[in-house]
Amino acid sequence: MESNAAVLTGEHFITGNEACAEGALAAGCRFFAGYPITPSTEVAEHLSKRLPQVGGTFIQMEDELASMNAILGASWAGMKTMTATSGPGFSLMMENLGLGVMLETPCVLVNIQRGGPSTGLPTLVGQGDMMQARWGSHGPYEIIALSPSSPQEIFDFTIKAFNLSEQFRVPTLVMSDEVVGHMTEKVTVPAPEDIKLTYRKTPKVPPEEYLPYEADEDLVPAMALAGQGYGMHVTGLTHDRKGYPVISEEAQIELVERLVYKIRKNRDKIIEYREEECEGADVIVCAYGISARTCLLPIGMAREEGIKVGLLKLIVVWPFPEEHIDQLAEGVKGFVVPEINYGQISLEVERCAHGKAKVIHVPHAGGGIHDPTKVLEAIRRAAK
Amino acid sequence: MIERHPMDQLLREDRIPHIWCSGCGLGTSLTAFISAIQASGVPLDKISVVSGIGCTGRVAGYVKLDSFHTTHGRAIPFAVGLHLANPSLKVVVFSGDGDLIAIGGNHFIHSARRNLDLTIICVNNFNYGMTGGQGGPTTPIGAKTTTTPYGNFEFPFNIPHLAAASGATYVARWTALDARRLKKSIQEAFLKRGFSVVEIISPCPTLFGRFNRQGTGLDILNSYRENTVIQHGADPAKVAIEPDGKIIVGKFVDIERPTFLDLVNEGLKGKVEVSYEKPQPEEVTVPSADE
Repeated sequence: MESNAAVLTGEHFITGNEACAEGALAAGCRFFAGYPITPSTEVAEHLSKRLPQVGGTFIQMEDELASMNAILGASWAGMKTMTATSGPGFSLMMENLGLGVMLETPCVLVNIQRGGPSTGLPTLVGQGDMMQARWGSHGPYEIIALSPSSPQEIFDFTIKAFNLSEQFRVPTLVMSDEVVGHMTEKVTVPAPEDIKLTYRKTPKVPPEEYLPYEADEDLVPAMALAGQGYGMHVTGLTHDRKGYPVISEEAQIELVERLVYKIRKNRDKIIEYREEECEGADVIVCAYGISARTCLLPIGMAREEGIKVGLLKLIVVWPFPEEHIDQLAEGVKGFVVPEINYGQISLEVERCAHGKAKVIHVPHAGGGIHDPTKVLEAIRRAAK
Repeated sequence: MIERHPMDQLLREDRIPHIWCSGCGLGTSLTAFISAIQASGVPLDKISVVSGIGCTGRVAGYVKLDSFHTTHGRAIPFAVGLHLANPSLKVVVFSGDGDLIAIGGNHFIHSARRNLDLTIICVNNFNYGMTGGQGGPTTPIGAKTTTTPYGNFEFPFNIPHLAAASGATYVARWTALDARRLKKSIQEAFLKRGFSVVEIISPCPTLFGRFNRQGTGLDILNSYRENTVIQHGADPAKVAIEPDGKIIVGKFVDIERPTFLDLVNEGLKGKVEVSYEKPQPEEVTVPSADE
C-alpha cells in the first residue's frame, strides 16, 4: 500500500478496518471526523494518513457527539463524509444520527461492534448493537444498515453504504464487528472505472423556486449545498417543505411519514442478501457479520449428517427482508439464528416467519465467536 | 408607500413575527449581526449561520442565509464540518450561553484550542429562556431561577476568560444596549481569522429579570447604562460578572495565531504528495430563473 492514489487498484493483504477506510476513499469520501475507540481506531488512524494524500480532510474531534455533527456539517458543504466508532461511542452518536435522519443528510457511520453493555469488552467481539442501529435515536424513523463478514466485504459494503446514503439521503450504518475489523485477509480493489458511485440529487430549479424538502416521486428531495446561493434553512424541528419549523400534528404526519416511507417504499432497491442452498432446505441458518462465517462449519457438519441446511446471509440488515423471510418460512421446518447477543435479529426472523416455522436463536454474550457444536445442535433441533 | 427596510433582504419575512419576548435583547443582537455582515463586504452566498437550541438558537431560522438549526449544544461541531469541508464559507455560530457553554462547553473549548476559523456569537441572558427560566452555567451566585428557588449555589463561568484561556484570537463583550459598538465588534470578529467570540449580555425580562426583580426590559437596559464600564484590553480573568458589581465590556483579546487549516497546510508541505487536487464540493450549476 505504498501508492497515494484514492483507489488502490490491486490485491492487498490488509485488516478489515483498513479495508473499510480504503472502501470509503474509493467511494469518494473526503471528510472523516472521529474519536479514538477500540476496536474501530484503525479506521481513523488509516484515514489520518490517507485522506491528506487525496486532498481530503481528517479531524479528530473532542468526542463522538462532535464527530457525528461534524460529518453532518461537512456533508451540507458537499463532501461525502464518514465516522467510525464502537460501543460507547455509538451510543453517543445516536442523538445526532437522528439529526442526520431529520435533515436528510447523506453520511456513513461505521460501528466495529465490541462486547457490551457499557465499557464491556473493548478488545473483543460483540453483535449487541443491531437493535440500537435500528432504534437507537429517539422518535420514529427508518435507517439503512449493512453487515460485512470479511475485509473484502467491508471494503465493498462501505462503498454500497455511501451509495445508498447518497441516493436516499439517510445516514447509513456499516455494522461490522471486532473480528472482521481486526482480521487480515486478501482484499481486491477494483479499477476506479469499475466502481459505481452515486451522488445525491441536486436542485434543478433556481433558488427562488427551491423548496428544500419538496420530494420527488421516490420521496427523496433534492439537496442544495451551503455556499451555492440557495439560502436554505434546515432544522431538526419538524418542518414543512420550505424547511421552516411547524409545530403541528399535520406537519409531523407529512414529514415523518415521508421519512419512513422513503425507505419502506424503496426497500426493493435497498435490501440485499445472499442465499446458499436455501431451495428445498429443511433448515435455514440466517446470519450476518462474523456469525455468517462461523456458521459455515456447523452447516457443513449438519449436511454431512444428511440435514438439508441453507444459509441466508444478510447483506443489508435494515430495512429487514420481511417478505423474503415470510416466503422462506413456508417451506422450512425451522430457522437458526446465531448472533453474538441474546436475541435481536432472531426476533425479526421470528416476527416475519409468522409462526409458520420455528426460530431457534443461538446466543453468545460476546468476547468470542460461536462454538460450532452449539449451532450444529440448534440445526438438529430445527430439523426435527 | 411603504419602502422595504434595508435589512429585509437578510430576513425571512415569511417567518416574522418572531417568537422573542418584548424587551429581550435578541432583536438588537440580530440587528447588530445583520448590519455587521452587510458592512463586511463578504458575499452573502458564502455565509452560513449555525445555531443550537434555545431562544438564541432561533436566529438561524430568521436569517435569509444558508442556515442550520441543529441539536442542543452541537452548533459548533456542525459548523466545524461546514468550515473544513468548504473553507471558502464564512461560518458563524449564533447561540445562547446554555447551548454553547453548558451542554456544548466541550465543543467550545476544543474549537477555540484548535483555533478553527469560526465566529461565535453568544447571547448570555443568565438562564434557559426557552424552557421557562432554569439556572445555567452563567447564572450568578444567589440568583433565583426555576431550578434555583433558594438562590443559585454554583459559581458561573466567565465566558471571555474561558474563551481566551482556550485559545480564542478575538474576544469581546458588549451588552444589548451597546448597539453600535456591538455591530462594530461583530464585524471585526466576523472578519478575524481564527476563533472569535463575542458575548452579548442580554435582558430576559420575562424570566430571569422577573425572578430577580430587575424590572422591565427598559429598566434592565437602564441598569446596563449605569453599571457598565468599557475597558478595552482588560484581563479576561478579571471581567467576571459579580452580583451587584460593574459589568466590564469591551474588546479584551485581538491576537494573531495560526488557524487549524494554516497548521494543516503548513504541516503537510513536503510530507504528503497529494495525488489529487483538493476537491471542491461537487460543482453544481445553479439554474437561473430565465431557463
